Amino acid sequence: MTQKTVLNETHRALGAKMVDFGGWDMPLNYGSQIEEHHIVRRDAGMFDVSHMTVVDLHGARTREFLRHLLANSVDKLKVSGKALYSCMLNERGGVIDDLIVYFLTEDFFRVVVNASTRDKDLAWIEKQAQAFGVKVTERADLSMIAVQGPYAREKVLGLLSAEARAKAAKIGKFVAVEGDGLFIARTGYTGEDGFEIIVPKAEAVSLWNRLMDAGVAPAGLGARDTLRLEAGMNLYGQDMDEDITPWEAGLAWTIALDEGRDFIGRAALEKQKNDGVKRTLVGLVMDDKGVLRHGQRVVTPAGDGEILSGGFSPTIGKSIAFARVPAGAQGTLQADIRGKLVPVRVVKYPFVRDGKPLDGM
Amino acid sequence: MQEIPGDLKFMKSHEWARVEDKGTVTIGISDHAQSQLGDLVYVELPSVGDRVQAGNACAVVESVKAASDVYSPVSGEIVAVNEALPDKPETINEDAFGEGWIFVVKPDNLAEEMEELLDPDAYVELIESEEH
Repeated sequence: MTQKTVLNETHRALGAKMVDFGGWDMPLNYGSQIEEHHIVRRDAGMFDVSHMTVVDLHGARTREFLRHLLANSVDKLKVSGKALYSCMLNERGGVIDDLIVYFLTEDFFRVVVNASTRDKDLAWIEKQAQAFGVKVTERADLSMIAVQGPYAREKVLGLLSAEARAKAAKIGKFVAVEGDGLFIARTGYTGEDGFEIIVPKAEAVSLWNRLMDAGVAPAGLGARDTLRLEAGMNLYGQDMDEDITPWEAGLAWTIALDEGRDFIGRAALEKQKNDGVKRTLVGLVMDDKGVLRHGQRVVTPAGDGEILSGGFSPTIGKSIAFARVPAGAQGTLQADIRGKLVPVRVVKYPFVRDGKPLDGM
Repeated sequence: MQEIPGDLKFMKSHEWARVEDKGTVTIGISDHAQSQLGDLVYVELPSVGDRVQAGNACAVVESVKAASDVYSPVSGEIVAVNEALPDKPETINEDAFGEGWIFVVKPDNLAEEMEELLDPDAYVELIESEEH
């Protein structure tokens, strides 16, 4: 049974091309994916991300629980509203999901996890939470709209009450505040500034329409994918999964090996690090025409790798990708595109920052 | 959806063919096909002088979503390709049945092969049945 967000009819009325995404009927684009991509890079666009799962964690030992559950350290969260990106690992160090956790009060943290992994995530979190007496509540009563782009914040702030506006205008990146009944976080998945707004389901359509009136353009999952790839952000299921550790997925920066913290998967991660990590995630740019796609073979002097997330970058005008390759592969490699070996360059990513391609793209 | 010109014939794989006055056949992909593919970002053309067989792939169109072979509805020799497409692949999105043509074939046995193709009504029926 395909699920629908409360904005489903709104998307259809806007002429969206709908696709199944993780069991949800979601807008792929509203006409042109590339135009939607450029609007987010240059102005402001919005995405219905209500398919994502909001989970509230309550209990006196919630921080202690999250120290155990997550590979990144919630001890970095000192001020109420502060957010942290982390992987949630299994005992083998494989990634069950990636998520954002918000610290609200010592007995209340909020987690946002992926839609496609909802069932296993909830089961895992609930199982682990028992020992800490933490109550796990899925917030199916909430929707979420991501407003992204250089003018996104300005357009959102214009819709808020004076009181909420004053609060939301002040927050730094990766911080959330509540105001006007909304949970407003300065986070996103596009590499642009903006807000992710968690809104009661009953008010989501009205908020969406007010954002439209304020000049925010609807954008679909297609643009969301090219934007996040340009921004160098991983996609769960494509760039990492339960058999891939963060070391192998370009996510070493999210692992906190702080002393004495016994998080799930730590022993496996430390062993792999000591033994040497044999595969690594690299960014690729292709100067030839064509498009790198998930599953294509990558030929390197040290052996074969494969394309993970791949696609066309509208900002750069070339194809870009993440690939998992044998450790040490550098310089120019080759991608097997329908039987033809095409040169691809290993580059540092993000590929795009502040709306512009980085040097060397 | 762009209106389908009455002089076109279609393959089930969504290519269109138009027999020109001088007897050559111009080939492209249908408006339905471009809309299924989404924004096109790359077109790989055959070379003028190439021999093609009806039903064989001889060009590739690639969108933000997927790569798709373009099959030739007729056998013969490629006598022209749309040189504007590699720089402006979006032309196919904008005008699939006109400016977005892909290549032209001088056919070997036109009459016989054209009989295999669908007329616009039959093609519309095909895409409607695919949608349900």
